[in-house]
Amino acid sequence: MKARTKFLIGGLLVLGPVGYLMASSIKQTGVYYLTPSELSSRLAADSSFRNVGVKVGARVVPGSIERDPGGREYAFRVTDGAKTFPVVYRGIAPDTFTDSVDVVVEGRMGRDGTFRATTLLAKCASRYESAPEKYRSTPGYKAGLAGSSRA
Amino acid sequence: MILVGELALWVGLLMAAWACTVSFAGGALQRDDLIASGRRAIYTTFAMVLTASIGLWTALLTRDFSLEYVAGHISANMPNVYVFTAFWSGQAGSMLFWALILSFYSAIAVYANRERNRSLVPYAAGTLGAILVFFLATTCFKANPFTRLDWTPMDGRGMNPQLQNPGMAIHPPNLYLGYVATAIPFAFAIAALVTRRLDADWLGVVRRWSLLSWFFLTIGIVLGMWWAYVELGWGGYWAWDPVENASFLPWLTGTAFLHSIMIQEKRGMLRKWNVVLVVVTFLLSIFGTFITRSGVIESVHSFAQSPVGSWFSAFFFIATGTTIYLVATRLKNLEAKAELESMVSREAAFLYNNLVLVGIAFAVLWGTLFPILSEWVRAEKITVGPPFFNAVNRPLGLLLLALTGIGPLIAWRKASTANLKRQFVVPAATGLALGVLLFALGMGGGYALVTYTLAGFVAATILQEFYKGVSARRAIHGESIPVGFVRLVARNRRRYGGYIVHAGIVMLFAAFAGLAFKTEHDVTLRTGQQFETNDPYGHHWRFVSQGASTDRRANRMVTSVALETFRDGKPAGFITSEKRQYFDSADRPTFEPSTEVGIRSTAKLDTYVVLAGVRGDVAELRVTFNPLVVWVWIGGALMAIGGLIVMWPQAERRRATQAGYVSVLAPARVAAPAVGASV
Repeated sequence: MKARTKFLIGGLLVLGPVGYLMASSIKQTGVYYLTPSELSSRLAADSSFRNVGVKVGARVVPGSIERDPGGREYAFRVTDGAKTFPVVYRGIAPDTFTDSVDVVVEGRMGRDGTFRATTLLAKCASRYESAPEKYRSTPGYKAGLAGSSRA
Repeated sequence: MILVGELALWVGLLMAAWACTVSFAGGALQRDDLIASGRRAIYTTFAMVLTASIGLWTALLTRDFSLEYVAGHISANMPNVYVFTAFWSGQAGSMLFWALILSFYSAIAVYANRERNRSLVPYAAGTLGAILVFFLATTCFKANPFTRLDWTPMDGRGMNPQLQNPGMAIHPPNLYLGYVATAIPFAFAIAALVTRRLDADWLGVVRRWSLLSWFFLTIGIVLGMWWAYVELGWGGYWAWDPVENASFLPWLTGTAFLHSIMIQEKRGMLRKWNVVLVVVTFLLSIFGTFITRSGVIESVHSFAQSPVGSWFSAFFFIATGTTIYLVATRLKNLEAKAELESMVSREAAFLYNNLVLVGIAFAVLWGTLFPILSEWVRAEKITVGPPFFNAVNRPLGLLLLALTGIGPLIAWRKASTANLKRQFVVPAATGLALGVLLFALGMGGGYALVTYTLAGFVAATILQEFYKGVSARRAIHGESIPVGFVRLVARNRRRYGGYIVHAGIVMLFAAFAGLAFKTEHDVTLRTGQQFETNDPYGHHWRFVSQGASTDRRANRMVTSVALETFRDGKPAGFITSEKRQYFDSADRPTFEPSTEVGIRSTAKLDTYVVLAGVRGDVAELRVTFNPLVVWVWIGGALMAIGGLIVMWPQAERRRATQAGYVSVLAPARVAAPAVGASV
């Protein structure tokens, strides 16, 4: 019984702070991860949501990427099929950032309806792995296999 | 050969199923013929999976593009070395690779234990057979590398240029070797639970394999960091990405186990805890493979949504359920044989070490899964990133670092004041002196100062141990310092190998704390233009652009920008960073352009230059000063060396003859009373 009490005290001494740290850090650093539609419906319901930093996962609209000549500012549009909005990002874009890739942008929606991103992550489904089964029979996938471009 | 390989894969699946069935049956019915048959089936499974693997390698190296896997992962103009590594660069191949390593390990474990641990081996072989069935069935039915296309392309898609890197060629196999090695301790834990023989005999086998797994995971993780650092070009080596976390999790619980096992050997305590750690480490390895393969969690590394996800989930839940049932029905056999006597003792220090390691693992798992959990519970997806992981893990990591110094030196059972004074006065003073010195030199940043104070303390405890050991040898045997040092380590490999690992850990912590002083500059330079700044140590740097040049090499177009650098006015060499565009054999560009980082490394500072792009004669660059990064690689190498010393088998045999230790190789009958005797 005595040993058990000691185990318990020792456990609480370590796990208590772990739990506290985890709870407080999630509150402070947790970021909403939304689709464009979810973001716009949130904003419609509560305009103060503008001040909350969010992550948005969406697809770049093909042909929408513009680079500010000389500078390092990117302007492009993202969409989830239902909602589309413009994004501006200043910084170095990853190599994978090209037309119609899936991106995750983190930042805030400005009053003018333009999303100001502070980070930009891009990922390409075909990057490290072959396409999912449902795409395999499509002509685009075969074209990709033949080596011309990414599907 | 390809056809033979495909056939062998299916035969391997049948063999594994046979091994699983007859081994369990042989164990339950005490039938030696069935047990022997199960053993042979494990060997045969390995032979079959090896044949299948040779088949796939043949297909890759002969560039048989009628196979979907070959067409999807390589191209005709790729160097052979990366064609060879393409074996594990895709999903189907990596599943086969898992099965290959697992069947190899299983054959070794079964062979090595054929005379020993006779009551355990059938169940262990059966469990391994079951895991093999899962991996081979998934490979055969869901991710078959031998699947043929209904047409034959002229050329394949090639490999992502970022994967065409020596680090990437050897990082995944190391991780897999580590992941898969956790299956053997798991199998023996299950066997021990089934037979209720939960004394020291299963621990001996398990410790070796856990060490092996730890060794490969360590190398794999550090290589992954190195790859991310030199290839991805974001300026760091660890981003708390789900895939990175997935490799870190079994490492944490495996490390915890390698410490708590000592408590069980010495004192017969923590028996339930150890079984749970072994099982959890294996489950986390499966989970890690699953995460990297399923696309369940949003990750930059994310692989496409894959068909093997549901199979993995099913396997995961079956394995978890079985273990929970076995542990729950055998709690009585897992009662501790001794009680914790004092909170100031080695047992207690190891207990804290375990709690911290598992605490970190839990926090990392929680953060990794949080987007999924929050979506379930609150119907909104909330992600946590590096700020969360840093906030939680910094204090925990520092606590762990402190324990690294305390644990090995504090007395067993109950530490006396004299023991504490003798062991800790000098190291504590050293650590504090270092902290004060750095503060006086003007180092800011609270966490960094605490880290260096603790690092000084731990380093001093390690040096003190080596000093004491070598002095003792000099006094007794009259050996010179180098001879004494080598013999000291050779005669006590487990102890001093462990200290070497700890020295590596100290270096890693010192390097991590250095990141607090990292600085970044985005610059735009025309040919001949220069950029001036100060590094974190206050040295003045000048970078002069030599302009962009473009040239064509083997299968890629390379745009490079060289910067001539001057440190405090003296030339410090050129740093060249590149953008590469790869081409396929028909000269069409493949993949997005990739970045090749320019790094100038010294012990104190990495100067890290990334070429973001070139327009006309304007080069856009990011210059990062990364203090102390080299120590991550040196510390990692030291950990691997220490691990190797601890694993070296001869030390075990010699130890087995020493009194006072629970022998790990002696038969169970001898070992069991030894545990009792030491209580």
